[in-house]
Amino acid sequence: MSKSSIAMQDGSLALQPGYADHAADALRDLRQAGDAVFADVEPHHDTAGTIQLGFWIYLMSDCLLFSGLFATYAVLHGHTAGGPTPGQLFDLPYTLTETMFLLFSSFTCGLATLAMNADKKNATLGWLAVTFALGLGFVIMEVHEFAGMVAIGATAERSAFLSCFFTLVGTHGLHVTCGLIFMAVMMAAVARKGLTATNRARLNCMMLFWHFLDIIWVGVFSLVYLSGVVH
Amino acid sequence: MNVANEAVGGHGPHGAHGGHAGHGSHGPTYKQYITGFVLAVILTAIPFALVIGHVVQDVLLVITVCATAQIIVHVVYFLHLDRSEEQRWNRMALLYVVIMVGIVLGGSLWIVYNLNHNMMPGVMHSKVWK
Amino acid sequence: MLGKLTLSAIPYSNPIIMFGVGLMVLVALSVLGAITYFHKWKYLWREWLTSVDHKKIGIMYLILAGLMLLRGFADAIMMRTQQALSYGSSMGYLPPGHFDQIFTAHGTIMIFFMAMPFIIGLMNCMLPLQIGARDVAFPLMNNLSFWLTAAGAMLVNVALAIGNFSRTGWLAYPPLSELHYSPGVGVDYYIWALQISGIGTTLTGVNFITTILKMRAPGMKLMRMPVFAWASLIANVLIVAAFPILTVTLGLLAMDRYVGTHFFTNALGGDPMMYVNLIWIWGHPEVYILILPLFGVYSEIVPVFSGKRLFGYTSMVYATVAIGLLSLLVWLHHFFTMGNSPGVNAFFGITTMIIAIPTGVKIFNWMLTMYRGRIRFETPMLWTIAFLITFTIGGMSGVLMSVPPADFVLHNSLFLVAHFHNVIIGGVVFGIFAGLSYWAPKIFGFKLNDTLGRAAFWCWVIGFYVAFMPLYVLGFMGATRRMDHYNVPAWHPLFIIAWVGAMIIFTGIILQIAQVVVSIRQREQNRDLTGDPWNGRTLEWALPSPAPAYNFARIPIVRDRDAFWEMKQRGVALKSSTFVPIHMPRNKAAGFIIGGFAFLFAFGMIWHIWWLAAVCLAGVLGTLIRHAFDDDRDYYLGAEEVRRMEDLHGRVQAGSV
Repeated sequence: MSKSSIAMQDGSLALQPGYADHAADALRDLRQAGDAVFADVEPHHDTAGTIQLGFWIYLMSDCLLFSGLFATYAVLHGHTAGGPTPGQLFDLPYTLTETMFLLFSSFTCGLATLAMNADKKNATLGWLAVTFALGLGFVIMEVHEFAGMVAIGATAERSAFLSCFFTLVGTHGLHVTCGLIFMAVMMAAVARKGLTATNRARLNCMMLFWHFLDIIWVGVFSLVYLSGVVH
Repeated sequence: MNVANEAVGGHGPHGAHGGHAGHGSHGPTYKQYITGFVLAVILTAIPFALVIGHVVQDVLLVITVCATAQIIVHVVYFLHLDRSEEQRWNRMALLYVVIMVGIVLGGSLWIVYNLNHNMMPGVMHSKVWK
Repeated sequence: MLGKLTLSAIPYSNPIIMFGVGLMVLVALSVLGAITYFHKWKYLWREWLTSVDHKKIGIMYLILAGLMLLRGFADAIMMRTQQALSYGSSMGYLPPGHFDQIFTAHGTIMIFFMAMPFIIGLMNCMLPLQIGARDVAFPLMNNLSFWLTAAGAMLVNVALAIGNFSRTGWLAYPPLSELHYSPGVGVDYYIWALQISGIGTTLTGVNFITTILKMRAPGMKLMRMPVFAWASLIANVLIVAAFPILTVTLGLLAMDRYVGTHFFTNALGGDPMMYVNLIWIWGHPEVYILILPLFGVYSEIVPVFSGKRLFGYTSMVYATVAIGLLSLLVWLHHFFTMGNSPGVNAFFGITTMIIAIPTGVKIFNWMLTMYRGRIRFETPMLWTIAFLITFTIGGMSGVLMSVPPADFVLHNSLFLVAHFHNVIIGGVVFGIFAGLSYWAPKIFGFKLNDTLGRAAFWCWVIGFYVAFMPLYVLGFMGATRRMDHYNVPAWHPLFIIAWVGAMIIFTGIILQIAQVVVSIRQREQNRDLTGDPWNGRTLEWALPSPAPAYNFARIPIVRDRDAFWEMKQRGVALKSSTFVPIHMPRNKAAGFIIGGFAFLFAFGMIWHIWWLAAVCLAGVLGTLIRHAFDDDRDYYLGAEEVRRMEDLHGRVQAGSV
C-alpha cells in the first residue's frame, strides 16, 4: 500500500484494505491521527491480495510435499533390485516433447493473464483453451509413457526405484490433472459471468498454480530423466 | 472516557471492493513472458542436448545449474516475484521453503548415505546423490 | 459390494471393547435424542455445524478435543492397569494384540485429536480478537478444516467398533506397518485418519498465517502483536512446513499397502529407515507446533496475573523464531540408535542441545516478569507455575537424551516415555488448561468454577508426579516402553505407584467434568459483564464477553504492545456513537459436506469398498465446483443492527457524533 491510500479526512483516519502488511507506514500516519480510537477500514474478507497470499502459502506447502517425494527419489533411485534401470527406460526426446508441451502451456497461460488484464474476455478464454489443450497433451503423453513401461513389466511393484518414479512423476501428473479441472471450471465461470473481480482473483491463483507445476517439472526432468540417463 | 476524537467514516462499505490483482501499473508484460519463455527453452535445450549427445563429462553439474537457473527464470518472469513491497511475504515464504527443501533433501541424503555406509557396507554399490 | 467389510468385523467376542463401544453408542444416541427432543437440529445446523464464525468453530474444536481427551485417557488408564497387574504369573486382563492397539490409539489420539484440536481451538477463539480482526482470512476454509479434523477423529473411534486399530505404535514404523506384517485394517484406519485430519491442519496453517500477515488492525506492527499471536504464527509456519511431509510419508506407506510399491518394505530395494527419517522430519516440528502456542498462552497469563508488562518481549519473540528454525534441524535425535555415523549423530545432538537455549530464555523471561510483580494466584497462574517447574524438569531430561551415548542407553525405555509426558503434560496439557481457565470468560461469557478448578489442578499436578516419576526410575532399571508383561520383581511396586498416579489424574479429570457442569449451571452468577474480568492487557479483553459475531464494531487503532492496557491508561474504551455496516461471511454447508464425504471416502478405502471411495471423491470435487459457482457468500450487517447489538453490551457512546 502506498502512503496515498491512507487518507486524512477532517481529522479522522481512513485506510484501505490490506493496510496491515504495511503497518509501519500506517503507523507513521497514525501520529497525525491525534488520539483517534477507531480507524475506518473495511477489512473485507477474501480480498484479492489476501486470496493470493493464502494461495501462495498453499503453493509453498505443495512445494514441500514434492520435496518429500524428491528426497525419497534421490535416496532410493539406485535401488533397482535387478529390475530395469533409468537408462533402459527413459526416452529423452519423448521427455523433451513433454517438457515443451508444458513450457508452451506456461507461456500461453501468461498470454491469458495479459488478455485478462486487458479486459479481453474472449482472448482470455481462447488462450486458456490453448493452455488446456497443451496441458491435456502433456497428461496424455505421460499416461502413454507409463502404459509403455507397464507393458514391458516395469511396474511400480518391480523395485523401489520404479515405485519412486511412478509416484513422483504420477503425483506431478495428478497435479496437472487437477490444474486442468481448475482451468475448466474457471473457463466456465468466465464464460458465464465474465471477468469479474472474483473470477480475476481466482484466475490469478489458477495461473500461479499452472506456472508452479512447470517449476516442479523442471525438477522432475532434471533429477529423474536427465540425471537418470547420465548415471 | 475520551472517545470524542474517534474517527468518522471515510469509506462506504462498498467503496473498497473488488480485486486489483494483476491490474494497475506493475502488471506483467508481454515482454516478460517472451523473455521468460525464450530463456526457459534455452535452459531446457542445453542439458537435453548435452545428455542426448554425450557431449561433456561432468554433465550432472550442468544439469543442476541449468535447472536452478530455469527455476529462477520461472519465478521471476512467470510468477512475477519481484522486490515490490506487496510481495514481501511471498518472498519470505519462498526463501523459507527453499531452506526447508534444502533441509529435507540434503538431510535425508546425508542421513541415509551415512546410515548405509555404517550399517550396510555391502550394499553401497547403490549410487547416492551428492 | 462391501469390500472386506463383513459382520465379523465387529469384535463381539471382546467384552472390553464391546463395553466401550456400547458406552460410546449410548452417549451418542442420548445426545442425538436430546437434540431431537428439544428440537435443536435446525439451530445446531444453522448456528454451529455450518458456522463460519471463528469463535464458534473454536468452541467446536474445544469440544472435540475434550471428548478425545476422555477417550485417550481411558486408554491410558487401561495401560496403567494392565502394567500394574501383568507381572510374573499374572498376564493382566488385556491380550497383547489389544494392548498394542491401546497404546497406538492413546498416542495417536492424544497428539492428533486432543492436543492439536485444543491448540487450534484456542487459536480460533482468540487469535482474530487479539490482532483486532473481524474474522480469519478464509472463514469457510476454517469450517472445512474443522470438519476434516472431526472426520479423522471419527475414523479413530469407528475403528474401535468396526474392525480394529493399528498395533504399530503411534508412528507406524515399517516394516511392521507394511501389509505383510499388519494385514488387517488397523494401519489403514491410522493412515486415513491422519491423512484427512492432516489436510485439515495444513489448511488451518495457511489460513492463520494469512490472517496474521494480512488482517492485523492498523498500528499493530508485528512487534506489537501479543506473544500468543507470535507463537501461533510460528507454529502455523511449522504446520505448513511439516504437515506436507507427513502427507507424503503416509501417502507412500499407503502406496506400499494398496498398490504394492516398495518404498519401505524389506524386499526389492525398499528402505524402512527412509520412513523413519521422513516421519521425524514432520514429527519433530510437530512437537514444537504443540508447545509453541502454549508458550504463547503462558506469555499472556504471566504479565496479566503479575500486574506487569512481559519481561523481554523482544527476546521472547526472537526465542520463538529461533525455536521455529532450530526445530527443523533436530529430527535425527529420535533415531540416534539407528546406527548413523558419529558426525551425523554429533550434529543432531548439538542442535538439540542448542534448542534448549531459546527455551531457557523464555523460562527466565516468565520468571523475571513475575519477579517483584503483584502476583494473583488465580487458576491460570497456578497452571503456569506448575508448568514452569514441571517443564523445566522435562526439558532437562530431554537435554540428557540429546547426548547420543546416553540416548543409546535410554532409547525406547520408560525414561523416554517419562520425558515426553513430562514435557507434553507439563507443557502442552497444563498450558491448555491454563489457557482455557484464562479465556473461558471471553469464549463462553462466564468464569469457570474456581473451587473445582483448583481441586482439579492439584489432582493433575500431584497425579502427574506420582504417575511419571516412577517411570524415570523404571527406565534406568531397564524397563522398555510398550510392554504388556514383565517378570522383574523390582519393577512391580513402581508400576503400582504409577497406576496410583494415573488414578489421581483421573480424579482431576472427574473434577474438571464437574467443573464444566457446575460452571454451566451457575453461569448467571459468574457471568462476565465487563468483558475484562482479569484486568487484561491485550485486545481481546477490550470486547464484550462473549464477543459479538463481528468482533469489533469498529476497528481500533493500536498504539502499543499491550494495546488494551494502553487504552485503559489513556482512559479510552471501545465505545462508538457512529456505526457502519459490517461485511460478514455467510454460513455454508460446504465444509460439513466435504468433511462427510472425506469420512466416507476413507471408510471406503479402509474396507476396499472402491465404489464408495470413488463416489465420495467425486462428491468432494462436485461440492467444491458447486461452491465455486455460489455467489451468495456474504452480506452486510446494517449499521442500525450493529448499533442495536453494541447497545446490548453497553458499548454505544452517548451523545452526537
